Amino acid sequence: MSAAQTPQAQLAEPDGPEVAVEDLLSLPKSPSVWALAARRLRSDRGGMFSLWIVLAFLLLVLLAQFGVLAGNWQKEVAVPFAPPHFMGADAKTAAGAAATAPANVDLSDVDPLAPRYAEWAERAAKTKTVETVKADTLSFGADRIGRDVLDKAIKGAQVSILVGILAAFVATLIGTVLGALGGYFGGKLDDFLEWVYNVFTSVPYILLIFALAAVFRSGPLGKVFSDGIAAVVIILGLVGWTSIYRLVRAEYMKHRGREYVRAAEAIGAGHGARMFGHILPNVSHIVLVQLSLHVVSFIKAEVILSFLGLGVPIDMVSWGTMLGEAQSELVLGKWWQLVAATAFMATFVTAFAILTDALRDAMDPKLR
Amino acid sequence: MPNLIEVRDLRVSFRVGKSEVFDAVKGVNLVVPERATVALVGESGSGKSVTAMSIVRLLPDNAQLGPSSQVLFEGRDLLQLAPERMRALRGKDISVVFQDPMTSLNPVFTVGDQIAEVLRIHMGMTSTQARSRALDLLAEVGIPEPRARLNAYPHELSGGQQQRVMIAMAIACEPKLLIADEPTTALDVTVQRQVVDLMAKLQRERQMSMLFISHDLGLVGEIADQVVVMRQGEVREAGTANEVFEAPRDAYTRALLACRPRLDARPLRLPVIDDFMNDRAPVLEQRVSLPAEGAPLIAVSGLRKAYRLKEGLFRRKEIEAVRMADFELHRGRTLGVVGESGSGKTTIGMMLTRLTDPTAGSIRFEGTDLTGLSSTALQAWRRRIQIVFQNPYASLNPRFTVGQILMEPMRIHGIGADEAARTRLTLGWLDKVGLPRAAFGKYPHEFSGGQRQRIAIARCLTMQPEVVVCDESVSALDVSVQATVLNLLLDLQEEFGLTYVFISHDLAVVKYMADDILVMREGEIVERGSAHDIYTNAQHPYTQQLLAAIPRGHRPAPSALELAAA
Repeated sequence: MSAAQTPQAQLAEPDGPEVAVEDLLSLPKSPSVWALAARRLRSDRGGMFSLWIVLAFLLLVLLAQFGVLAGNWQKEVAVPFAPPHFMGADAKTAAGAAATAPANVDLSDVDPLAPRYAEWAERAAKTKTVETVKADTLSFGADRIGRDVLDKAIKGAQVSILVGILAAFVATLIGTVLGALGGYFGGKLDDFLEWVYNVFTSVPYILLIFALAAVFRSGPLGKVFSDGIAAVVIILGLVGWTSIYRLVRAEYMKHRGREYVRAAEAIGAGHGARMFGHILPNVSHIVLVQLSLHVVSFIKAEVILSFLGLGVPIDMVSWGTMLGEAQSELVLGKWWQLVAATAFMATFVTAFAILTDALRDAMDPKLR
Repeated sequence: MPNLIEVRDLRVSFRVGKSEVFDAVKGVNLVVPERATVALVGESGSGKSVTAMSIVRLLPDNAQLGPSSQVLFEGRDLLQLAPERMRALRGKDISVVFQDPMTSLNPVFTVGDQIAEVLRIHMGMTSTQARSRALDLLAEVGIPEPRARLNAYPHELSGGQQQRVMIAMAIACEPKLLIADEPTTALDVTVQRQVVDLMAKLQRERQMSMLFISHDLGLVGEIADQVVVMRQGEVREAGTANEVFEAPRDAYTRALLACRPRLDARPLRLPVIDDFMNDRAPVLEQRVSLPAEGAPLIAVSGLRKAYRLKEGLFRRKEIEAVRMADFELHRGRTLGVVGESGSGKTTIGMMLTRLTDPTAGSIRFEGTDLTGLSSTALQAWRRRIQIVFQNPYASLNPRFTVGQILMEPMRIHGIGADEAARTRLTLGWLDKVGLPRAAFGKYPHEFSGGQRQRIAIARCLTMQPEVVVCDESVSALDVSVQATVLNLLLDLQEEFGLTYVFISHDLAVVKYMADDILVMREGEIVERGSAHDIYTNAQHPYTQQLLAAIPRGHRPAPSALELAAA
């Protein structure tokens, strides 16, 4: 193509007024939008207080993840249903244990195994056994098989918060990418994505979760996701992207015709650069607020799922499984597992919700 | 003559953020006599609108009035009046016409209902009485077929008609004072002319006072008896129109009068405020156009753009934004494109830069037809033809620093060896467009409109284009800033031999900038020729109409008021 080479030849001319500057870093810099938002957040007392609580929880999650805290949550460290310290040891249980001590009746003359007892006792003495002293009370009590409820709640926090955050990331990623594509390109692609969105939202929420759970838990994909929390994360992510998609799509529709985007087109920036280089930074505050809103709602969703038995596997613990167990314990009057799980969850979710609110105010001061 | 309104030592400040206070109006004294038109003139941020709005007490919640401020209306201090008494006064004795009729009218009520509402509230009329009065009012403000228009919704009317409805509402209760806040700024030139004539007529016939707020001295000169010039919250000069226009005492007023391009002269550079403040002599040398020699740089022929609109299930309506446009661009010359809104002038600019795909026709850039090129083949040509948009507030990405904005095109087109070289180039371009190097790390919102437009121009220049399309590039700027940006464009044209396509609705600016002019109307080029010919010898009736609509400024003949006083 001879015609297209003409401009190439033009490039040979000097590139423009280059100036000599010794120290480019000495130029003054203005604070970015993020720095300004952080400054506004710092002046919000409620927001900062919740931020510290959320950070404390995240530290807890990290410590639990690496086994520093609550590593032995599965150990039976106390007697079943050991009550919290302040209630004192359960008198009835102790008395009952003493009362049912078996009476010593000599059966050796009719017992065919009697001659071998001495030999077995001798062999048993050779193997080392560790006799654990089961505690009568724990700070937050114990569950059905004597596991520490506090450890369980911390381990449960790790699973629940991790699931919430990861699922929110998955949902935000799907919602943002699809919303950007639909809103930016419009036309047929947008029609198709709208159709997908409508299908997703037309199915009742819980039903959709059940259907996906069936696929990921016991269906053909059951083997792949048999362990860990990946299945829950994917289920929640696949169900929860719709509202983010709508919001991001609307923002992109608004921004795609703006002059700064046309200007970017005029200087030759491609579709990808315009979508994610130019428009995304201008809508990222919306995405971030949506992300944190979804963390809260996904933690609650995980709790519901686990409560229904569709959440994390049986060998893990989350706030949801604790609440599930608490249901039957409550009938017996053992309330401490319920209280521990609820207190942890309520504190974190409330703090996170307030933080989200503060974040929105900080990022979009015009909204206030 | 007794005074209707006396504003004494008006001070208004706005609380910004937690502790900062911004003083918008700093001790303004103002008098509106009975049966006279007073014009309040100033650029953006001069406090003219705030002054007017504090008369009717329509200020936002974060405004604070000074303790000694007084607004006397027939002897009563409006600032001390109880809110309900103020409400009864507003709309009846004092009424307001705002800038944008599109947003001032409620879209879900018919215009008849909206006018009748005012009459029922303030005059206690029954709905039948109010409707028949509304009909009379619509006829009075010159709306054709007023009976049919009574039941029309605002969106069914044109911008000029909407503004007429707003005026009808404002005069419905026979106010003593009409405050018009930039009533014609959102309108086309020809419509502006009609609306201004209407307002002048109504003011005379109804014997009311009018406070006319505008940034346009030329317009004000036609309508005002007295002129008050404001700048940065202070009155710079006040007097009769004759005094202010014929013998301005203040340097700022003199500068404002001079920096609008004149139709009868074409100096090398426009005078700017700085020249007057520092007593520099204006440039008197006249500008000469470069001759159009040789093959055209760009030859456009048969260019057409049609939009298809759905009408019903199967019917499609085609709207032609541009019809069969032919023109040529010569290196180093400026082609002006003039027209009112909807004339297709912006579409032409968009098609030249291929931001909009033409429906038919060809754009030959040195022989290569740009319309047929794929987006990859176009990339190399994109660099050579650039565009500066109208709104400098919208055309710069608010999340990018100025440095990022200027370096992006260089990165895309591989200009400059590495990032350090590009940074040095960027700083060089900042020098060229007259911005400090410290701008590099700043964000667009930290700059004024004129500075932002300089950034947008610098962004184009980084690619060293040959053709620059200026799409209403100075229309959003204040008059004094306009002059500096126009001078910058001329400097750059001289230095780099740029070819401009200068699109504007402002005939005076186009006349100053352009060598050749296309006049467009409803997608068609109705007249073309050299700038001089078009302005001295217009052939097409539409061109003549456009020229007649340009505000001519003050005519030194004694006004009716002075005759009456004599």
